[in-house]
Amino acid sequence: MIYLGRRITISMAHRLNNPQLSEAQNRALYGKCNNPNGHGHEYVVEATCGGEIDPVTGFSVDLGAIDAALRREIFERFDHRDFDADFPELAHVISSGENLAKVFWDLLAPHVPEGATLA
Amino acid sequence: MSVILTRKVHFCASHREYSAALSEEENRRVFGKYANWHGHNYLCEVSVCGEVDASTGMVIDLKVLSEILDDVIMRRYDHKNLNLDVPAFADAVPTTEIIVMDIWRQIVPRLPQGMGLHRVRLYEDPTLFAEYYGP
Repeated sequence: MIYLGRRITISMAHRLNNPQLSEAQNRALYGKCNNPNGHGHEYVVEATCGGEIDPVTGFSVDLGAIDAALRREIFERFDHRDFDADFPELAHVISSGENLAKVFWDLLAPHVPEGATLA
Repeated sequence: MSVILTRKVHFCASHREYSAALSEEENRRVFGKYANWHGHNYLCEVSVCGEVDASTGMVIDLKVLSEILDDVIMRRYDHKNLNLDVPAFADAVPTTEIIVMDIWRQIVPRLPQGMGLHRVRLYEDPTLFAEYYGP
């Protein structure tokens, strides 16, 4: 198995806040990351897929398909947006890096080209 | 206590994605503009693993590691044409995937006893890399 990774950057606003906790608890737990008006990052997203090398092309995965999936599912959806304010369907997700990785994985996984595995 | 140590190596090389098994038209269709001669500033991350020596605090003598990487990477690839100047790629398309596997295969027999190779990651550009954890 050999792995090919693509890196993209998205500019996104967010705020770490658990609505089931009080204001004081959120402030104590998240510190400045709980800023009431939010803050933002240039997130770097790396998507890595594994596959076997095609003996004719030397490629392990269809990079065009991965690029298209990253652009459509991640970049066009989240770039220059506010994760917590703009996506009611994701309101239950606390926008930590860990949870964002899982959200992005779930969006990309159905679009991984045949023969490749999201790693 | 086992620790992974990573060294980064930069090299500049030209190549093209072009397969002798395909016609000119098929190469153009499969590889597009990458079938033209072009170049990259490659970045290779080589991660070795081993026990930390109690007296030196090191996993590996860095001079030994540098010599290995000079032999395997710099002398063979740097400022070369990968398709034409590297015998290992005479019958292969030197994609990032193919190159990273070649680096792995060349490094393993050169490592000191007791040392393992954990991962080789090769960036063709800052947004694209291939990585290999061995067979």
